[in-house]
Amino acid sequence: MAGDAASPVANEQVSDRAAPALVVSHLTKRFGDRSAFEDVSFEVARGEVFGFLGPNGAGKTTTVRTLGTLIAPTSGSAVVAGIPLSAATGAEIRQLISVMPENPGLYLRLTVQENLELFAGLYGLPSRGARIAAVLDTVNMAPRARELCGRLSKGLRQRVGLARALLSEPVVMFLDEPTSGLDPVASRDVHDLIASLRERGVTVFLTTHRLEEAERLCDRVAILNTRLLAVGRPEELRTQLFRSSLVVETAARLPAPEAVFTPEMGVERWTPEGDATYVLSVSDPKMAAPRVTRALVAAGADVLSIAVSRHSLEDVYLQLVDEDPEAGR
Amino acid sequence: MIGLDMGRLAAMARKEMREYRRTPFIVGAMLVLPFIFLINPAIVIFVLSAAVKPAAAARDVGSTFLVLLVVPAVIPATVAAYSVVGERDQGTLEPLLTTPVRRGEILIGKALAPVIPSVGIAYLLFALVVILAHFFAQNPAVAATLSDGSHVLAQVLFAPLLAVWSIGVGTAISTRASDVRVAQQLGTLASLPPLAVTALVSFQIVPLGVWTAVGFGLGLLVIDIAMWRVVAAMFDRERLITGSRAVKATGVGPGSPPAGTVRRIQAFGGADHGGGDA
Repeated sequence: MAGDAASPVANEQVSDRAAPALVVSHLTKRFGDRSAFEDVSFEVARGEVFGFLGPNGAGKTTTVRTLGTLIAPTSGSAVVAGIPLSAATGAEIRQLISVMPENPGLYLRLTVQENLELFAGLYGLPSRGARIAAVLDTVNMAPRARELCGRLSKGLRQRVGLARALLSEPVVMFLDEPTSGLDPVASRDVHDLIASLRERGVTVFLTTHRLEEAERLCDRVAILNTRLLAVGRPEELRTQLFRSSLVVETAARLPAPEAVFTPEMGVERWTPEGDATYVLSVSDPKMAAPRVTRALVAAGADVLSIAVSRHSLEDVYLQLVDEDPEAGR
Repeated sequence: MIGLDMGRLAAMARKEMREYRRTPFIVGAMLVLPFIFLINPAIVIFVLSAAVKPAAAARDVGSTFLVLLVVPAVIPATVAAYSVVGERDQGTLEPLLTTPVRRGEILIGKALAPVIPSVGIAYLLFALVVILAHFFAQNPAVAATLSDGSHVLAQVLFAPLLAVWSIGVGTAISTRASDVRVAQQLGTLASLPPLAVTALVSFQIVPLGVWTAVGFGLGLLVIDIAMWRVVAAMFDRERLITGSRAVKATGVGPGSPPAGTVRRIQAFGGADHGGGDA
């Protein structure tokens, strides 16, 4: 999808451009005696793509609904698009944000154009026709403006939902599972659009189950399971959770691996994995890999491969969620 | 109107009208129901013989009068009952509520769309019956009673007031119902009680005069205002989205930014919740 039609996002009502787009402090939401989310704190900078991850029932959607002023927090505070979250500021905040739920929620008996006309009217946009044309162009839906939404595929409806979310040039966009149920091509289109939003300085709050999507698109991620388990850049979380390791594969089992994988080689710990594969914990893979290679050759081993083990965001997620006592319940 | 943005209100009403136009059930009901309600007036006009005494003829005209007032009460009821629960069913309610639109703008915008055609149809039907009676009624008392000033005034006053009640009660049911069909059935039933007021007049339990019509009109207006106050209170964003009303928040307001953004593992409390990610 092209990002050329819409102008850079700017909302005149927000004066302090250096201020974070979202500041969430000890926010809690309870329904009776059950917690939707508890004591959640994080910040999202302007122009950042922020991933919000967590298992089903973790409280992601409820957090989005709370920050989107649909439901009131039980305790804690938040500042959304520079405006403190309160019952009195709901309409003011909603003017500056847009929320796209998992189901884009289009009026299926109305055309694409009519759906957007409604929302342009609700946001009180000037020059509605031009703005609608621009966002339709952005999501490559201009030729289908006159079609009834009920006749569009799920992927196309998702595009219309994104166009609607772009209409008001929001300061913060909340996208709840925007690629849920989409085929790979449609997902790629959505990814491209989110990437173009980042280039234009839009703050995107993205909830997703797709960890590769979060890793690819997000500057930082938060992992939620009722309480916040982690916040940071994917790389930082990997470093914090997992020690660096090398995976060594030889043609045959080493007769005396303890003589090769020594602290002098930069190896802190090693474990065999299978017949002739060894996983080495190292503090600095770049320093340890050449030393270990030389030591293996000197020991007469036939080395098939030495690779730095890379942990994905999925590993981080699973590690955090698995060690969460709530996960097994 | 104070606190209402006319642009947003118009956008809501326009959307509703567009949806009605493309919904065969609604268009069909608006076209067919009036013809059904013409059966009774037609019998009175074409069958009631000139030999029937004026008092008896006036009683029959009273039943016609009541039937004509069922139209503005019943037609908008099913439409209004769909208004909120239907949006929730389609998944359109949440995107709508995340816009700056205010509660009053949604409610009035949604109410305007059915009230205009319903009242329009009721007036047209009444005008048609009066014209038919004037030209074809065998009993002269029929035309005289129908075109009597107090009857015309009652029809003009009661039709919109009954429609507004019907839409209000339908919307109230719609905010709480979880199923469209249940909402529509209850909405139709709940639209009928105010007809009891008009029945008093129709069956000549209370003789109809100008001041009676005005008095009953004022009574219906008071009931309508009370109903719409209830509807406004029921239209709570949180309740519509999660099914439960918010409890009073503590410590909500601007706070200091959180200290760090690096990983922190904490103790865990609470399990699944009602507001869920579904």
